[in-house]
Amino acid sequence: MHEMSIAESILGIVKEAVEREKGVRKVEAIDLRIGKLRAVVPDNLVFCFEVICRGTPFEGARLRIEEIPVRVKCGECGSEGEKEDPIFICSACGSPRLELVSGKELEIKSIDVAE
Amino acid sequence: MEIKVIRNILEANDLVAAGIRERIGEAGAVMVNIMGSPGSGKTLLLERTLEEFQGRSRIGVIEGDIRTSIDAERLKRFDCPIVQINTEPFGGDCHLPANAVGKALEGLDLGGLDLVLVENVGNLVCPAEFDIGENRKVVVLSLTEGEDKPLKYPLMFRESHAMVLSKLDLLPHLDIDIDQVRKNARSVNPNLKIFPLSAKTGEGIKAWIGWLNGELKK
Repeated sequence: MHEMSIAESILGIVKEAVEREKGVRKVEAIDLRIGKLRAVVPDNLVFCFEVICRGTPFEGARLRIEEIPVRVKCGECGSEGEKEDPIFICSACGSPRLELVSGKELEIKSIDVAE
Repeated sequence: MEIKVIRNILEANDLVAAGIRERIGEAGAVMVNIMGSPGSGKTLLLERTLEEFQGRSRIGVIEGDIRTSIDAERLKRFDCPIVQINTEPFGGDCHLPANAVGKALEGLDLGGLDLVLVENVGNLVCPAEFDIGENRKVVVLSLTEGEDKPLKYPLMFRESHAMVLSKLDLLPHLDIDIDQVRKNARSVNPNLKIFPLSAKTGEGIKAWIGWLNGELKK
């Protein structure tokens, strides 16, 4: 359950960002980008975040998670594509020399606040 | 109103990890993060490794467990400094975060060490997510766990530099296809070094020690 550690990190960053802005009344939502290669279960993360926000000024803040597909580019034939499974072999030429284009993101994009 | 942020969620952990990597580098040491399921044979691999290196290289060990110091007790017979980290006395964190490793390092005299071996909390998911400032990540997969694990836990195998296939002595008693394990692991990570071995009988240990030695000289 490392989603709890991740939820705590998110809350830390949100607190810091909100303190810097003046006149924030309430945090409505937080937009996240999470790559599918990350071992993060979105529902678990949402649950953990709710739990740690309970009884704090951040209670009710929603996590909006954009899941980023695993995209690769072949170092041999140059073809690009999306991966539905973790088999890192080029579906066009069979080469294992694939570069990851996306899929390992774990970031906060923006925070929606009410003034 | 929208506040633009764009920040890596694990940046606090990653920053601490980067600091650790710098400290290790300045001390001229190498740190290896050993991960794997509970019962995959991480501690026995450590015991074997310490035996092989005894008198040749100076090793420090960081033992990560949710609770108990049973593993650290097992390693006491070796002449090497050991620091135990317990993530939570009543069963807590599923991985070692960088700050726990940083604190543990204060208990080791880094200047006097060539190699720091960290045994992470037994788990095939969470430890893969957290950089602890190591130079190399190793996953221990025992033959009893099945061929499919690299496909089921891809991040762990993707992030690791080497995989130790442990409990090789059990091979005659199992239906597992060792070539299929290799194939699955390499399909997730084509650069993965693979070391099938038995820490019990010593079969295959030399190749593993040879690789570790090579990493020390880099």
